[in-house]
Amino acid sequence: MNIYRSHVLVCGGTGCTSSGSKQIQKEFEEQLKANGLENEVKLVQTGCFGLCALGPVVVVYPEGAFYSRVKPEDVAEIVSEHLLKGRIVTRLLYDETVADKEVKPLDEVNFYKKQMRIALRNCGVINPENIDEYIAVDGYKALHKVLTEMTPEGVIDEILKSGLRGRGGAGFPTGRKWSFARASVGDKKYVCCNADEGDPGAFMDRSVLEGDPHSVIEAMAIAAYAIGSDEGFIYIRAEYPIAVQRLQIAIDQARDYGLLGKNIFGTDFSFDLHLRLGAGAFVCGEETALMTSIEGKRGEPRPRPPFPAIKGLFGKPTILNNVETYANITAIINNGADWFNTIGTEKSRGTKVFALGGKINNTGLVEVPMGTTLREIIEEIGGGIPNGKKFKAAQTGGPSGGCIPASLIDTPIDYDSLMAIGSMMGSGGLIVMDEDTCMVDIAKFFLEFTVDESCGKCAPCRVGTRRLLDILTKITEGNGTMEDLDKLEELCMAIKSSALCGLGQTAPNPVLSTLRYFRDEYEAHVRDKKCPAGVCKKLLEYYIQPDKCKGCSLCSRQCPVGAISGEIKSPFTIDSSKCIKCGACMETCKFGAIIKR
Amino acid sequence: MKKSFEELLEIRNKTLNQVNLRKDREEGIRVVVGMATCGIAAGARPVLNAFTEEIAKRGLSNVTVTQTGCIGMCRLEPIVEVTVPGQDKVTYVHMSPEKAARVVAEHIVNNNPVVEYTVGAAE
Repeated sequence: MNIYRSHVLVCGGTGCTSSGSKQIQKEFEEQLKANGLENEVKLVQTGCFGLCALGPVVVVYPEGAFYSRVKPEDVAEIVSEHLLKGRIVTRLLYDETVADKEVKPLDEVNFYKKQMRIALRNCGVINPENIDEYIAVDGYKALHKVLTEMTPEGVIDEILKSGLRGRGGAGFPTGRKWSFARASVGDKKYVCCNADEGDPGAFMDRSVLEGDPHSVIEAMAIAAYAIGSDEGFIYIRAEYPIAVQRLQIAIDQARDYGLLGKNIFGTDFSFDLHLRLGAGAFVCGEETALMTSIEGKRGEPRPRPPFPAIKGLFGKPTILNNVETYANITAIINNGADWFNTIGTEKSRGTKVFALGGKINNTGLVEVPMGTTLREIIEEIGGGIPNGKKFKAAQTGGPSGGCIPASLIDTPIDYDSLMAIGSMMGSGGLIVMDEDTCMVDIAKFFLEFTVDESCGKCAPCRVGTRRLLDILTKITEGNGTMEDLDKLEELCMAIKSSALCGLGQTAPNPVLSTLRYFRDEYEAHVRDKKCPAGVCKKLLEYYIQPDKCKGCSLCSRQCPVGAISGEIKSPFTIDSSKCIKCGACMETCKFGAIIKR
Repeated sequence: MKKSFEELLEIRNKTLNQVNLRKDREEGIRVVVGMATCGIAAGARPVLNAFTEEIAKRGLSNVTVTQTGCIGMCRLEPIVEVTVPGQDKVTYVHMSPEKAARVVAEHIVNNNPVVEYTVGAAE
């Protein structure tokens, strides 16, 4: 095998792919060849590094130089300067990694310093399309250990002892789920993986599958051994083409090496795995709907009990875990439950991956120990709010979660603390909002999503969320009454207690939590007919301040509906009945005379 | 091809050298090869590759081989600096792939600097 003196890692995650990393990789190939370096420098496509805001990302080892926002025309310079002559191109480095002209190691940079990578341990390190690289980082060692040294009960005990809880949202102890399925009697059992990540703004499961698909495959085989199953399904949405492709490559490679299939490692344990592509319905991320969809039927939830561990896929005992949950399993088996117990808080062990999005400088993927505070995530890792704006709230848990106001920014992030303040862990989307965000509008946004995605099987969700949205729309248009606020609350409670599945039961959460922490904003919409954040168009009025207006007529010429009139050199006025609130006048005014109020 | 656990271990050890490069390391021995125009012209690249190969062959995981620009003594190129933590930096001059192999064996593995190749001996 060829020994390379330098490795160039080009991020091949979805984020960097969409900012052009494929082209960068091609350019590197050509430039390396042109400089005769193709046998000295290895080009590797990896999974996500987490700092998607700075993509495309290229990292060069052994120096560990972190190049950010690389453009195809920069590649020639990196090759001729850095790879040929050993002079790091400081201009292109991520500026946080440069201090006193020295290149700092990545783990000293604010974004990575507080992170701890377990589920993402191999993302951005190995080539996900090469099983040998996964094996090099102890891949399939845990499976071998389990098959040759442990009993199924021993595996379940270890997972129970580790305190691992489901990373998909609800936080059910993984070991207990497995022990129910183990105890359940059946001629056939199934192991499923929920890769139908549907929360707006969440993309950690995708990144794990894109960056380290074998870790999920290995963990599913371990789960199968623990519960006594021989067949598994990964349900993944078709909108994740790169993840689907890499999973398929990984499954084929594992089959080729005999790590999937009959008599794995020469034992009498056999296990094989299939992919099922989902069409992108949100409800199919709900466990019973997901299994119905794998069965080939319309993806609708079914009542529980019976729980999947008793009667799941095709009516057989089944376990269903989320991608990130599986990504923790091999680390626990290799390092032991005691090691896992040293990380996180007492009731929430380990780490959690968050997809940071919204009004935050470092959009991307972060993995932190449980119990890290929201402040650390937003201010230190996330690099704060752009444009000097103030932090207003963070939304966790997607359409099932809630908003955490600025006053609770020091809340430690774990399952129980989040539950206590009316939000939830959810799958790990974390959307940051600044002072320009209207909380009623945010609640409305999530309700629009839920209304669209409600499968329609049960009335509380189908009709109830629709009615919630109607009331919210009424409020944002300035037609709300104070009774509407009470009605909102009452309806939320009714839906929570009567909807069929988890999605319906949690759909009112965005409304409830914004009502709880931002009731004054709702009241401003209802009582004063004003939107304090200046978002709800119907409640806005554009106004020309007479003392600042020079009468230049620029705004009236810009107005698409002819709502602005006046005489040259004297103040103009806006006719509110004609105004469509497009804001064109405010943008053109050279004197800052036009304001929203 | 179906693989046994022993075969997997073999793959692991073979690939580990490759993947190991991709780590931020501060401790460990550093081998720095001067790779400015002067160094390259004097034949620094075969030297650099010889170091990489020797080190991989011996499975030394605590050694980083990296490059730098012009050290300033162009007439003595190819120049290689070897830094062992806690010891003074040793500068080798007029290096060749054969000399590189000896430096790895004597200096890096056995902690015995090859005095005759150093800048002190050349001056």
